Amino acid sequence: MVATVRKTVPAAGPAPSRAASRLARQARRNVSAHGFLIGAVLCFAFFSWYPMCREIVMSFQQRHLGVTSWAGWSNYIRIFHDPTFWIAWRNTLEFTVLALIVGYAVPFFVAILLNELRHARGYLRCLVYLPVMLPPTAALLLFAYFYDPTYGLFNDILRHLHLPVSQWVQSPGTAVPTMAMISVVIAATWMNMGGATLIYLAALQNIPGELYEAAELDGAGLVRKIRHITIPQTRLILSMLLMLQIVATMQMFVEAFILTNGGAGVNDNTLSVVNLIYTYAFALSGASNYNSASALGVVLMLVLSVFSGAYLWLTRDREGLT
Amino acid sequence: MNSPPARTLVSSAQLNRPRGRVLYRVVLTLVVVIFTLVFIGPLYFLFSDGLKSTTEAVQVPPTIIPAHVHPGTYAAAWSRVGLGRLLVNTLYYAFGALFFQLIFDVAAAYSLSRLRPVLGNVIFALMLATLMIPSTVLLVPQYVTVADLPILHLNLIGSPAAIWLPSVANAFNIFLLKRFFDSIPTELLAAAAIDGASPLRTLRSVVLPISRPIIGVVSIFSLVAVWKDFLWPLLVEYGYNPSRETLNVGIFEASSTTPQNLVLAASAMAAVPTLVFFLVFQRNILSGLTAGSLKG
Repeated sequence: MVATVRKTVPAAGPAPSRAASRLARQARRNVSAHGFLIGAVLCFAFFSWYPMCREIVMSFQQRHLGVTSWAGWSNYIRIFHDPTFWIAWRNTLEFTVLALIVGYAVPFFVAILLNELRHARGYLRCLVYLPVMLPPTAALLLFAYFYDPTYGLFNDILRHLHLPVSQWVQSPGTAVPTMAMISVVIAATWMNMGGATLIYLAALQNIPGELYEAAELDGAGLVRKIRHITIPQTRLILSMLLMLQIVATMQMFVEAFILTNGGAGVNDNTLSVVNLIYTYAFALSGASNYNSASALGVVLMLVLSVFSGAYLWLTRDREGLT
Repeated sequence: MNSPPARTLVSSAQLNRPRGRVLYRVVLTLVVVIFTLVFIGPLYFLFSDGLKSTTEAVQVPPTIIPAHVHPGTYAAAWSRVGLGRLLVNTLYYAFGALFFQLIFDVAAAYSLSRLRPVLGNVIFALMLATLMIPSTVLLVPQYVTVADLPILHLNLIGSPAAIWLPSVANAFNIFLLKRFFDSIPTELLAAAAIDGASPLRTLRSVVLPISRPIIGVVSIFSLVAVWKDFLWPLLVEYGYNPSRETLNVGIFEASSTTPQNLVLAASAMAAVPTLVFFLVFQRNILSGLTAGSLKG
């Protein structure tokens, strides 16, 4: 294409029209470049950028008998006065903290362990990632079956060990941490830990071996090697996954929704913030309120953006983004 | 995958001492046994409990091995839950989403990487910004938008496009593809341009053939994402017409009115395609997981 344009230039004449033809060429190039972009840009505009703005606008509006009008802060005031709002946040934070204690530390130590083994590495890597591939409904309905207070496998194991049985996800107790939420965390960790484990494993394999050799010459034991070499060397990935995990766990929905057939559970013990958004918008028959749901969405968006902002800041110099 | 790492926490010298060798054997055996129990154990119950009769499935105490094997449970579950239809629906959504993502995201990433249009950087930054806002937060406005697209005034609820098109707005795909295209040597593309190839021709004959690995990674993850999604298809397909529901939603909706053994048999059958997919593409999935993300 470049060659043909050059050939036409002498025929076109002196300098000014050469500039014009360069401009035309640039315009043509831009048109084709934007042509390649347009499909994705439209999808982003319709399904990402516009909804983002719309959520904020909707949270300040109300809809009454089909007429939309401005509502000021009333949607926010309404959700803050709803006691389930605070219960949902308490549950979500409880889930996030428990999932961090279990779902963040366990994969790290599993990865350290797997990295030391010289055999069966491929098999073990496959094993931990297997549950990630399962359809979540299949995995969660299986756990709901295990958790069943009467015929479930878990209570059967407890009975064999002569331990008191539990109601698991249907536990009514509301003292934090609730047994109900711990049950959700166990299922969620089993389902999701594979991804984090394999990312840690890749990070561990990038630690230069000389560091461990040097530490051994200094007489460092296993624990000190982990503390002074393994953890500092993987700090960036540890903190990146921490942020990602917080953002992911605060959006918990499907785990509780399927385990408790609707998500709220006994005494609203497993009601999450996303579940409350869903309930406000779609599950209150006749009283569905998109505007209150949007206000709640904005609150969650603000909280999450703190963590995703921290994540972007941590990865700012890196090429990788996940 | 099986090549031993250069040097880890415990040195090979330590492992070769008699005490180290015994300890290593014990740890290895424990890890293999415990991991197999924890990760395969539940799958054993998923598949075997579907073979029990309805009464045995809810019997106290539960049996570990089915006392009487009823393979008919699987057939009953298949027809009762309508797994054939659910499977076709889900495949249709997943491959449709893959098709649109590959066309639009590859073209966009190629344009941003190589054609560099005016404002391209701004557009790319706006796309990356969406990574900061997780999709569940936008659930309501997204639903409202899909129900009445601005300007076009189209209602996509209940149509497969309600799953296909939003899946294109995936900044991570564009990021991965663009980064790969950026790494293609300029000379290769210049050679194509000198031969008179148009941008589309260059993309098709030069860029795509060498981008197979990254396109494989993007495809696998986009298929898995649609396959595993629950809340969005619940709203836009099931909410409109239950016959358009996906595998996940369909089994969940059937679970409260279906005997336990049929629910498990249906779940087991729903798990088979993803398990087979994983075993076939295991290597690409496991390496794509880290190669796509953390090599910096």
